[in-house]
Amino acid sequence: MISNIDTYSHVRGESIYLDDIPLQVGTLFAKVFDSTVAHAHIKHLDISKAKNYPGVRAVIIHSDITGENQIGGIIPDEPLLAENMVDFIGMPIAIVVAENEHIAKKALKLIEIEYEPLPIIVDPREAHRQGKYLSTPRHFNLGDTEIAWSNCAHIFEGKAESGGQEHLYIETQGAYAVPGENGFIKVYSSTQGPTAVQKTVSRVLGKPMHQVEVDTTRLGGGFGGKEDQASTWGAMCAVAAHITKSPVKYSLDRMEDMRMTGKRHPYSSDYKIGLDKDLNIIAYEAQYYQNGGAAADLSPAILERTLFHATNTYNIPNVKTSAYPCKTNLPPNTAFRGFGGPQGMFVIETAIVQAAEALGIEPHVIQHKNLLKTGDEFPYGQKVVSEAIECWTEAETQFNFQEKIKSIEAFNNKNQLIKKGYAIMPICFGISFTKTMLNQARSLVHVYTDGSVLITTGAVEMGQGVNTKMVQVAAKTLGIDESFVKINSTNTFRIANTSPTAASATADLNGKAVEIACNKIKERLLISAAEDLGVSESDIAFVKNEIYINGEKSKLSWKDLIFSTYAKRVSLSEHAHYTPPDIHFDTNTEKGHPFAYHVFGTSIFEITLDCIRGRYTVDSAQVIHDAGQTMNEKIDLGQCEGALVQGMGWMTMEELIYDKEGRLRSNALSTYKVPDIYSVPKDLDIRFLKTEKTNLAILQSKAVGEPPLMYGIGAYFAIRNAIKAFNPKALVPFDAPATHEKILLALYGKYGEI
Amino acid sequence: MISFILNNKIIHTLTNPATPLLDFIRYESNLKGTKIGCREGDCGACTILVGEIINDKLSYRSVTSCLFPLANAVGKHIVTIEGINREGALNPIQEAMSNQNATQCGFCTVGFVMSLTGYALNKKGHEKEEAIASIDGNICRCTGYKSIEKAAGDIVNHCNAFAEGSKIERAIACGAVPAYFQGIEDTLKELTNTKEDIEANGWTIGGGTDLYVQKHDELLDVKNEFISQQLVHEPIKITDSGIELDGRCTVTQFVNEPLIMEHFPCVKGLGVLVSSTPIRNMATLAGNLVNASPIGDMSILFLALNASIELTSAQGIRSVSLSQFYQGYKKLDKTKEEILTKILIPKRATLGSVNFEKVSKRTWLDIASVNSAFWIELDGNNIKEARISAGGVGPTPAILTQTSTFLKGKNISSQTISEACEMAQNEVSPISDARGTVEYKKLLLSQLIKAHFLELFGIV
Ligand SMILES: Cc1cc2nc3c(=O)[nH]c(=O)nc-3n(C[C@H](O)[C@H](O)[C@H](O)COP(=O)(O)OP(=O)(O)OC[C@H]3O[C@@H](n4cnc5c(N)ncnc54)[C@H](O)[C@@H]3O)c2cc1C
Ligand code: FES
Ligand code: FES
Repeated sequence: MISNIDTYSHVRGESIYLDDIPLQVGTLFAKVFDSTVAHAHIKHLDISKAKNYPGVRAVIIHSDITGENQIGGIIPDEPLLAENMVDFIGMPIAIVVAENEHIAKKALKLIEIEYEPLPIIVDPREAHRQGKYLSTPRHFNLGDTEIAWSNCAHIFEGKAESGGQEHLYIETQGAYAVPGENGFIKVYSSTQGPTAVQKTVSRVLGKPMHQVEVDTTRLGGGFGGKEDQASTWGAMCAVAAHITKSPVKYSLDRMEDMRMTGKRHPYSSDYKIGLDKDLNIIAYEAQYYQNGGAAADLSPAILERTLFHATNTYNIPNVKTSAYPCKTNLPPNTAFRGFGGPQGMFVIETAIVQAAEALGIEPHVIQHKNLLKTGDEFPYGQKVVSEAIECWTEAETQFNFQEKIKSIEAFNNKNQLIKKGYAIMPICFGISFTKTMLNQARSLVHVYTDGSVLITTGAVEMGQGVNTKMVQVAAKTLGIDESFVKINSTNTFRIANTSPTAASATADLNGKAVEIACNKIKERLLISAAEDLGVSESDIAFVKNEIYINGEKSKLSWKDLIFSTYAKRVSLSEHAHYTPPDIHFDTNTEKGHPFAYHVFGTSIFEITLDCIRGRYTVDSAQVIHDAGQTMNEKIDLGQCEGALVQGMGWMTMEELIYDKEGRLRSNALSTYKVPDIYSVPKDLDIRFLKTEKTNLAILQSKAVGEPPLMYGIGAYFAIRNAIKAFNPKALVPFDAPATHEKILLALYGKYGEI
Repeated sequence: MISFILNNKIIHTLTNPATPLLDFIRYESNLKGTKIGCREGDCGACTILVGEIINDKLSYRSVTSCLFPLANAVGKHIVTIEGINREGALNPIQEAMSNQNATQCGFCTVGFVMSLTGYALNKKGHEKEEAIASIDGNICRCTGYKSIEKAAGDIVNHCNAFAEGSKIERAIACGAVPAYFQGIEDTLKELTNTKEDIEANGWTIGGGTDLYVQKHDELLDVKNEFISQQLVHEPIKITDSGIELDGRCTVTQFVNEPLIMEHFPCVKGLGVLVSSTPIRNMATLAGNLVNASPIGDMSILFLALNASIELTSAQGIRSVSLSQFYQGYKKLDKTKEEILTKILIPKRATLGSVNFEKVSKRTWLDIASVNSAFWIELDGNNIKEARISAGGVGPTPAILTQTSTFLKGKNISSQTISEACEMAQNEVSPISDARGTVEYKKLLLSQLIKAHFLELFGIV
């Protein structure tokens, strides 16, 4: 099994990212002048001093835009440059274009602006009270909760908060636009969605899409942050390049990136859970107040996924959920690994933990009791094909769960100032774009006369190894060595109308497209080989760069066959299209079959809490993960480990602090903390469960990008469990992340005691 | 003119000396392997190695090039990834990273490789922890670190097999660095640098780890004085009155001083809690004291030790007690021209016990929410004298004078501790910020005072 194909150049520093692209002579540099207030009318804007500063080539404001001043993807509610209003701190108002960045930064300081302040909303519940939404609220229903409540032996209600999360891709956002002849423009972009950038550029320039080429080699991390929000910088560079008739580059510095871009949505939620006397969850209601920020961005789609994952991996016959996309004066929040799913799952887990604590039992008793079985129905109508119980059972036995609980109890009885805590976190995550339209992909495959193969897809490589998987698919299908296959950069002129690299579905969709293209070429090659060898096609196989007849190596090699086929004037190229069958969803009834399949898994967390200082170490995270039949264990394991740690970060230390003015106070790496090497579980043991049920995944290898992030939620509940071991009476609000501050305050009863 | 060796090439440049070395490397030398993730020392993507001759021997340290002034490259060997790459093959460090799939998006990877190369060039023991510590300043957002840990383990095993010769010879033998490193020491010795006399109107720059975060742009427009162009050769001296430290001593030099370890064993623990390996390799003690951050870890330690400092200028030399040095938020008893040349730890300090505590949002590589140091001298079970300092709870790093005075003459008991905690509450005035709310900081201060007693006397 091959390693990530980029490994060699990565460890040598030879991989090329946006900021490494050699610049053309005459390249200019852009910087954004952005709002310092969260909501206001712009009373007065004076750019003249900045414009006249030596070395400045242009200062661009909204009225300079030749096309439409609009970048909203789903809903057109977001200008590229503010017109007479600003809606969040960090909202772009003007673009300074100068001969170098230093000059551009100086010129920024010469722009004069006056604001007339308007009321600022940062709390989604406040927006909800005022009826300020980004799109229409959504409601999912299954069964009848009203009737079900009367059958419940136990009912609990509460409130759960989960904070946002900064993507913190180590490579910041950026773009480089190079104007060409006859109005053509080429944009290099660090984007997960080259087509989104192309569309946005075409819109703001008022040019047809065929005039806009977007090229992406790879990203230094994306995590959803560059799905929609990379378009902004692509569009800015394009506008600037168009106006100055020069190449323009903009690579954001970290604080600009943190200030101006959206993040994972903070959610504030209410829930009500009902159990019968045997601890079956028979009713669940929840209302989610999504903090969407000032423009829709991808919020409506994210909101929808919250509803899809509201019941996580549990079978609940009566469910009623409502989600409100609240409009606030924060930067528009956006996609982040999990896409609203984690927020929904945190709430149901909270409800279960609250119920368990009140009933004096362990949460895992309720969790286990209610796991999904094949044939159950999700609240959105799809029938479940489950691996939930399999994963749970394997986790319990392989990691000696019962022993672990006993030893934790013993430890806690012995120690007063140090306590251990644990939690189980089972997951279920649906794979597919929930917007059915996006579930399509294309590939372009060329075989050259020397036998080497070049493939292009719509997938963007951002560390997740999708390019490696594409190479594997091509090599496997054609029966050649992976070294014969090269994958090209993702480019809107080679592959049109791509869906963004998102929803964990990219390897599936693009992989199938590659498989189809390769199979078509292979069909032609088989005919050609049969002719050359004088045997029937069915006797021929392509294995390891050689052509076999009934298991015997023939005189014909892959290379010979390619040339001979070319000589016969047979096409060695193919463009293929794939769309998964059976996927549909009706937003009128909110029912359908939105997912190709689901991924399951179970994690167990154990932590040790220093109750004097209020800090902890994560001793272990042990996982049984449903990988289907992984096609690349190295890559999939890396995805699982990274996602789990990222999820843990979201639930524990990563804290976005906005003040009442809508200003981000944790606005740099010095104040916004992501896990470092010492923060991760000492023992991180992820094991794949090879599950056999057929699925729509590429080569039966289930998607792995997002699902494991949600294991991280277990860290939160393990910490909570340890706090309770120290102070059983402590009131611990369900308020993630569990920062050192919140832990210490809870340990010492500062949130109150029961 | 600034002259130094960049990988295997001698450089003479007239570029603005305040330019971060990172920019010189990437945009003037076109060496794009070194990445930019934050420009504030917090991600490690820009990590490079700096070799210099100290006491006649070449030695290397890792630094974050985003905070390293070009001026400080003078007379040194600057090593980027391009300077360790082999033609057509990976070296053992790269091989280990590759074998363990320790790279995903790859953006952080070079930083890790460079830090681990720094490990190979400095290796002291045989333990894996040392290699892990070398990457404590590198953030990876993709891998979750486990694969990197495994790679570090492989590297340790590999390097452990090479025990012959000098550190550099071992690093060459094990393949971590190319053979040309052998000739660097001689080339550096031949490299002559004439120090220009500039009329400085800007800043006094030590390690630059505060200044380059705070004044990144402004530094380029003025003429600065670079006082840490070389590591100090003799950072510590014993005198009749105590221990004397050169202000330019780096945090790394400080925490590795045997004499400091012997008298103040808690410095070992403090060492790992202060910033990260590459930052400690640049950060000077004077810089920390003069930066006067209310949560400066060194300030807090030296306050508890009752240190004084020596300030030098054309007007002469004077000595100030550190507790008098801080007059208000970032207000110091110091003129712009004065240089903090020495830190003096009185002999008396060595007679007591010391503990240091720090809690931050993230335990490692983070600034404290609250930090505190405690110095105590006992007379039987009674406290002869004690000094508690605390940071993050007021406008300056400060001694809790009332609490310290209160402790004098008391016995060590739970009651004394809880009274001290209560008293401390009344002499602090924290503010709410990104590192914590007032309520939290007050509670945390009490907890850290308890932790002092727990660590030193096993009692709370
Ligand atoms: C990522 C990162 C993490 C950090 N973590 C921590 C931490 O955990 N704990 C902590 O305490 N600090 C931390 N710091 C802050 C910083 O590293 C320290 O304060 C360091 O000791 C500053 O020293 P320097 O030599 O780099 O100072 P510089 O940046 O060079 O200077 C700081 C100030 O001191 C002045 N100055 C420097 N030397 C002298 C001198 N000899 N005489 C007079 N004035 C002088 C400068 O003019 C400037 O005003 C961190 C910094 C970074 C970038
Ligand atoms: S760029 Fe992040 S540490 Fe230098
Ligand atoms: S591999 Fe992407 S940040 Fe480390």
